[in-house]
Amino acid sequence: MDDLRATLDSIDTKLGADASADLAYTGLARSVSRPRLVVRRVGQWLRSPRPYLMLLGFALFMGTWYLTVEVLKLPHFAQMPGPTAVLHEWFSPDPAFGLSIYTADYYLHIWVSLRRVLIAFMLATATGVPLGLFLGWSQRFKEYVFPIFELLRPIPPLAWVPLAIILFQGVETPIIFLTFLASFYATTLNAMLGVQSIEASYIRAAYCLGAKRWQVFWHVIVPGAMPFIFTGLQISVGVAWFSLVAGEMVSGQYGLGYVINTSYTMVQYPTIVIGMVTLGLVGYATSVVVRIIGNYLMQWRARELGLGGRQ
Amino acid sequence: MISNAARTVGAIFASAKFWRGAFSIVLFIVLWEVGSRSEAWFGIAVPGVSRVPPPSAVAATFSELVRDPNYWSSWYLSTQRVFVGFIAAMLVGIPLGLAMAVSRIFYGISFPVFEVLRPIPPLAWVPASIIFWPTQEMSISFVTFLGAFFTIVINVLGGAQAIDARYYQAALSMGSSRWDIFRRIILPGTLPSIVVGATLGIGLAWAVVVAAEMISGGGSAGSLGSKGGGLGFFIWNSYVGGSYTQIIAGMISIGIAGYVSSALLRQGGKMLTPWLHEE
Amino acid sequence: MNVPRTWDEAAALARPAGAPLAVSQAQRKGAIRILDVTKTYGSGATAVSAVENCTFDVPAGEITTVVGPSGCGKTTLLNAIAGFHSITSGKIFLDDEILCGPGQLQAEPGPDRVVVFQNGALFPWKTVIENVAFGPRMQGRLSKKQAYEKARTLLADAGLHGLENNYPGEISSGMRRRVEIVRALMNEPRVLLLDEPYRALDSLTKSVMHEALLQLLEKNRLTIFFITHDLEEAIFLGHQVVIMTTRPCRPKKILTIDLPYPRDYSMLTTRRFRDYLDETLEAVHEEALKAFAAGEKER
Repeated sequence: MDDLRATLDSIDTKLGADASADLAYTGLARSVSRPRLVVRRVGQWLRSPRPYLMLLGFALFMGTWYLTVEVLKLPHFAQMPGPTAVLHEWFSPDPAFGLSIYTADYYLHIWVSLRRVLIAFMLATATGVPLGLFLGWSQRFKEYVFPIFELLRPIPPLAWVPLAIILFQGVETPIIFLTFLASFYATTLNAMLGVQSIEASYIRAAYCLGAKRWQVFWHVIVPGAMPFIFTGLQISVGVAWFSLVAGEMVSGQYGLGYVINTSYTMVQYPTIVIGMVTLGLVGYATSVVVRIIGNYLMQWRARELGLGGRQ
Repeated sequence: MISNAARTVGAIFASAKFWRGAFSIVLFIVLWEVGSRSEAWFGIAVPGVSRVPPPSAVAATFSELVRDPNYWSSWYLSTQRVFVGFIAAMLVGIPLGLAMAVSRIFYGISFPVFEVLRPIPPLAWVPASIIFWPTQEMSISFVTFLGAFFTIVINVLGGAQAIDARYYQAALSMGSSRWDIFRRIILPGTLPSIVVGATLGIGLAWAVVVAAEMISGGGSAGSLGSKGGGLGFFIWNSYVGGSYTQIIAGMISIGIAGYVSSALLRQGGKMLTPWLHEE
Repeated sequence: MNVPRTWDEAAALARPAGAPLAVSQAQRKGAIRILDVTKTYGSGATAVSAVENCTFDVPAGEITTVVGPSGCGKTTLLNAIAGFHSITSGKIFLDDEILCGPGQLQAEPGPDRVVVFQNGALFPWKTVIENVAFGPRMQGRLSKKQAYEKARTLLADAGLHGLENNYPGEISSGMRRRVEIVRALMNEPRVLLLDEPYRALDSLTKSVMHEALLQLLEKNRLTIFFITHDLEEAIFLGHQVVIMTTRPCRPKKILTIDLPYPRDYSMLTTRRFRDYLDETLEAVHEEALKAFAAGEKER
C-alpha cells in the first residue's frame, strides 16, 4: 500500500494529468477505490497548516467579538448582543425570546423562507435557462429581446416591492416575485454567457458530422453551457436569499427576514444574531446542494477535474 | 471629429440590430400603455397591468419631478450613501483581497471567516447596523459597504490567483524584489478583476441602498428609524401616499442611477486596462 | 519496376492480369478542385487578403499535405472547403459538384467533408462511444444499436478497444486524436480535412499517429487534405505536398512524392526523402523569410 501511495504522490506532483490518465486506462489508478482517495485527501488536509489557521481565524473573530462587547464594553459595542448571550439563547431549551433550536417556531420560520426561495428559484431556473440559451444561440432573437432585458435589469429587486404589491394579490406572491426576479436575471445572463463560451470548433464539428440545427442545440449547446449555467445557479441562489430577506423585512409575516426585523423592534437583540447566522447557514447549504447537483449532472467534468484537469 | 461622431451615430441608426432592439422596446411601451388603459378604453381590465399606471402618466410625473428639489435631494442622499459605502468597500476590500492572495498564512486565517460571513445577506445586517452605528447615515452606508465588499474581495482574490505563474518566474529570473513583483505584476494583473468586482459591487451597492432606505424609512413592521430620505424612501413613500406614477418614476430613476454608475466604472476600467481592449 | 504511387496502382499490380478492377472508377471519390479562389476579410482600406487567386487540385483517394508559413491562409482554405467560411470569389468543386462559388459563397458543412480540428473537438460531455456514433445517429442513417456496433468495430480496428465508456477528459491526448479520426471515418466521408491534427503531440506519439493514419487509409477509400507545419510529416504522409506562399496564400510549389506505399519510418533516412526535404525546406524558408520581413504575427 505504501509504494502505491508513493506512486500516486509522484504522479500527482510530477507527471500531470496525461500520465495519470494513461494510468487510469491501464487500470492502476482504478485499483485505488474512491473512498480511499477521499481518506487520503482528508489526511493530507489535516497534515497541512490549513485547519489550524482556520481555527485561529475563527478564534480571533469570536475573541474580538467577545472582548469588545462583553468584557471591554466599548461604546456602541456594548449595546450589541455578545457571543455568550447569543449562544446561550440559541441553544437554550426555554429561550427568553422564544426562538432557539428547541422551539418549533424556529424551524417554521426557516421553512417559510426556504419554501419561498425554492419556489422562486425553480421558477427562475425554468424560465431563465431556456431564455438564456436562446439568447446565446440565436443572434436575431438576442437583438429583439436583449435590449428590453437590459433595460429592466438595473432596477434593483427591492425597488419592485411596491409595484409587486400592486400587481399581485396577497402577501406570498409579491415576495416570491421579487425573489424570482433577481434569480431570473442571474440565471439568464449566465446561461447566455455559457452558450457564448462554447468553443466554435465543437459547434463546427457537429455540423460537419451532419447534425441539423436543433440537434446542435440539444447535443452541443445545452451540455456545453452547463458549467456556466450551474455557476449561474449558485449565484442565483445567493441572490434569491438577498432579495428574499429584503422582501421579508418589508412585508412579511413569517420567515427569517421577518424574525430579524421584529427582533429589532421588540428589543430582542440576541435573536437578531440567531436569525443572521441561521440565514447564513441555510443560504450556504442551498449553494452547496446546487453545486452537488451540478457535479452529479456533469459527471464528465467532475471526472476530468478529478484527474488533474486539463484542456 | 464631429464628422466622425456623426458617422458612428449614422452607423448605429443604419444597423438592423438597433432597429430590432428599438422595435421591441417600443412594442413593450405600447403594450404597457394599452394594458394600463384597457379598462378606460375597452371596458375590460387586463389582470395586473390595469392596476399599473400607464407610461404616459409616468412621463408626465417625471416632468414634474424634475422640477421638484425634493426629488433631487433624494438623488443626492442615495448617491452619497452609495459612494461612501462603495469607496469604503474598495479601500478595505482590495488590500484585503490582495493580502489573501499574497500570504498563504493570512489567507488560511481570514478566508474561512470571510466565507462564513458571506452568505449572510447584507440586509440582514440592517438592525445590527442600526444598533451599532450612531447615525442612520452611517448604518445605511455600512450595509452598502457590506454589499459591495464581499463581491470586490472575491473578484480581487480570484484575479490575483489567476495570474499565470510564469510571470512571477520571469520576474524572479530577471532579479525583481518582492515589492517589485507586487507593484509590477500583481497589481496590474489583478486590475481587470478589480474592475469587474467594482462594476458588480456598485450595482449591488445600489440595490442595498434602496432596500435599506425602504426598510429604515418604511416597512410594515413600523419604521426602524426616523425619516430616511433617498430614492428608496421616495419610492416607499409614494406607495404609502398612493402616488403610483411616482413609484414607477422612482424605479426608473434608480435604474438610471445604477446603470450610469456601472457604465462609468466600466469606462474608467477600460481606460485603466488599455492592454485588454486592443484588437 | 513501376513504383506504385497510389493504392489503385498497388492493387492493380497485385491482381492477376485480366481480372476486373478491384476498385471501380466510381469509388474514386473526393477530388477537390480549387479554382481561382480569393478570400478577403474586411473592406476598403482595412481589407486583408488571406487567400488570393489560389488554384490547385486535390486528387481523389490521395493524401495531399499543405505546408507554409504561419498565418498564411491555409486554415482559411480548409474552412472554405468545409463550409465554415465564405469565399470572396472563385469556385471550389468536390468531384464534379460545385461546393461554393458565385451565387453561393459559402458551402454547406456536411459529413462528406469531415474536419478534424487542431485542438480537438471531441465533445467532452459525451463518452467515447457516444462521440463516435454521433454522426450516423444525427443523420438518422443507423439505429443506435447498429451505430454502436459499427463504432465498437472501428474503435477496435484502431486499437482503441476498451475506452468506449470513458469521457474524453479521462484519456490521453493521443488517444483522443485517434478517437476523433474514428468519429470522422464513421461517416464514410469523401474527404477528411485535417488541420494540424498532431501539432500538440510529442514526436513519439506523432510517429504512432502517422502509422495509424496510414493504416486507416488502407482500409478506407477517401481523400485526405492535411495541413501541417512539420515538413517531415508532410513528406512522409503525402502523395503530394503543396507549399504555400506567405499571406495572401497561393501554391508556390507542388511536389509529387514518389515514395512507395505502404510507407515506413526507415524511409526517413533514404536519399530520396532527404532530397524532397531539402527542396521543401528551401521553398518554405524563402517564404518564411518574406513573412518575417513583413512582420507577420502568428495567428
